[in-house]
Amino acid sequence: MILNIDPAVVDWSRAQFALTAIYHWLFVPLTLGLSFLVAIMETLYVKTGDPEWKRITKFWMTLFGINFAIGVATGIILEFEFGTNWSNYSWFVGDIFGAPLAIEGIMAFFLESTFIAIMFFGWNKVSKKFHLASSWLTAIGANLSALWILVANSWMQYPVGMKFNPETARNEMQNFWDVLFSPVAVHKFLHTISAGYVTAAIFILGISAWFLLKKRETGLARKSILVAAIFGLITSLFLAITGDGSAFTVAQKQPMKLAAMEGLYKGQRSNGLVLFGIPQPGKKAGDGQNNFALKVEIPGMLSILGYRNVNAFVPGVEDLLNGGFKPEFQNVSPAETETALPISEKIVRGKLAITAFGDLKKARKAGDEVAAAKADSAMKSNFAYFGYGYLKTPEEALPNVPLTFYSFRSMVILGFYFILLFILVLYFHSKNQLQDKRWLLRLMLWTIPLVYLAGQAGWIVAELGRQPWVIQDLLPTRAAVSMIETASVQITFVLFAVLFTALLIAEVMIMTKQIKLGPKDGGTK
Amino acid sequence: MSFLKKIILFYYDGFRSMTVGKKLWIIILIKLFILFIILKLLFFPDFLKSRFSSERERGDYVREQLILRK
Repeated sequence: MILNIDPAVVDWSRAQFALTAIYHWLFVPLTLGLSFLVAIMETLYVKTGDPEWKRITKFWMTLFGINFAIGVATGIILEFEFGTNWSNYSWFVGDIFGAPLAIEGIMAFFLESTFIAIMFFGWNKVSKKFHLASSWLTAIGANLSALWILVANSWMQYPVGMKFNPETARNEMQNFWDVLFSPVAVHKFLHTISAGYVTAAIFILGISAWFLLKKRETGLARKSILVAAIFGLITSLFLAITGDGSAFTVAQKQPMKLAAMEGLYKGQRSNGLVLFGIPQPGKKAGDGQNNFALKVEIPGMLSILGYRNVNAFVPGVEDLLNGGFKPEFQNVSPAETETALPISEKIVRGKLAITAFGDLKKARKAGDEVAAAKADSAMKSNFAYFGYGYLKTPEEALPNVPLTFYSFRSMVILGFYFILLFILVLYFHSKNQLQDKRWLLRLMLWTIPLVYLAGQAGWIVAELGRQPWVIQDLLPTRAAVSMIETASVQITFVLFAVLFTALLIAEVMIMTKQIKLGPKDGGTK
Repeated sequence: MSFLKKIILFYYDGFRSMTVGKKLWIIILIKLFILFIILKLLFFPDFLKSRFSSERERGDYVREQLILRK
């Protein structure tokens, strides 16, 4: 018997998860970055004793507080969805998610909840240094919370450090450090938090630019711009470096995602990196059409970025579908450079693994140890392809290429634009001409929505680019979803859309009102 | 004054003297009520826990699902 899942349940559950994650990520990056910027500003106050820095710190701290308060607990909904909509997945991941999320919960509670209270209530009640330490610990706590969530997400992209137990149908953690320090986790964490830092720097630049355009609070605005632009420039360069590291790990661990990011169908040696391009509308793998209606590329650059070798062969979508090439990675395990199997072969091996998984239980129940050993061996030797057994056709292993391509381009182009903006701002600030450059001030203000767009585009690349997998190669969405009614997912989708939109409107309204009021000398609690 | 009393007073004074924070706390409480009372209880029961009483039953169900969906 084969159980057919209503594709609408999968689609609505995915849409709901995407909606929740997108809204959640509107609040998180500002918290990550603004917490550090506030701590830096307070450090300047404590170092110099200049009360203006205290006033500046309190102003940005108020905006940090608004964002934190409205955004807090929006991520918990993702965990609700795991339990209700993605129950097969939740069971299958076993304790891998449990440990990082439990640590995250404890850390978030003790570090953030304790020290954030001292940050807001402690002015003039605790010593300057203790208050400063609390601000730094709040920032560190917020960023460490992000670490554990990102480690869990990275494991889904590159599952390591675990062993599947066919008795319980769950994965069991074998090595916590392999999970924590997997190359995907390290790069994802650094890239994501630095995106948060750039978001906060641009947020401060934009609002400070608004003050300068209105000729209000010019002292606060100029000092804030200087701190934010230096912080932003350093972190945006770091963002580019960690982005390169992330792309390098994607080339090794998720080559289909890299092919989609580049709109690459047929691979070649010394592959170019597409700077700008328009993918051919309606292009399908193997249809013989050109990949692009138009493109401008840097020769050899994709081979360098993906393989650190200008002559390396970068497989495209069709190469990955058909297999038969040898990945040209250096310094990896021999298994990672074996000739790639065609997806059709992976599907066959995946089905063998799933069948053996069922046979193993039957054999154990019947007390047939010989059959159990045979099934166990078949399952172990094919488990790396377990998830492929759920695909009906090889083409199901492809993500949405144009959307991944455009999202990746948007993120990268905006990332380099932010670097340029920080340089321009610092240049005109150093020449004391910033107030006269109204075009630049307007640009700074209107870059605020762009930095959020870049962050969302990054997550679209990360999550949509790995489709159809919930857990890379092991569990696709159609196997992970619960057997629930489509209507119930549709109802909660609408509820979430209303709730989150209301929260976002509340945030923007309260924040705008507070910005218009400006800093208060008497405190900003 | 005991240490515990100092902490309680610290929080009490902090909450009393809040301005923007009062509005934020109202939003937080409404949000938590909607999340944990309305959404979690009414719309997001744990699929496996609400249907099966033991870990073994849950494991057997997921195994069956994973086998039948191939």
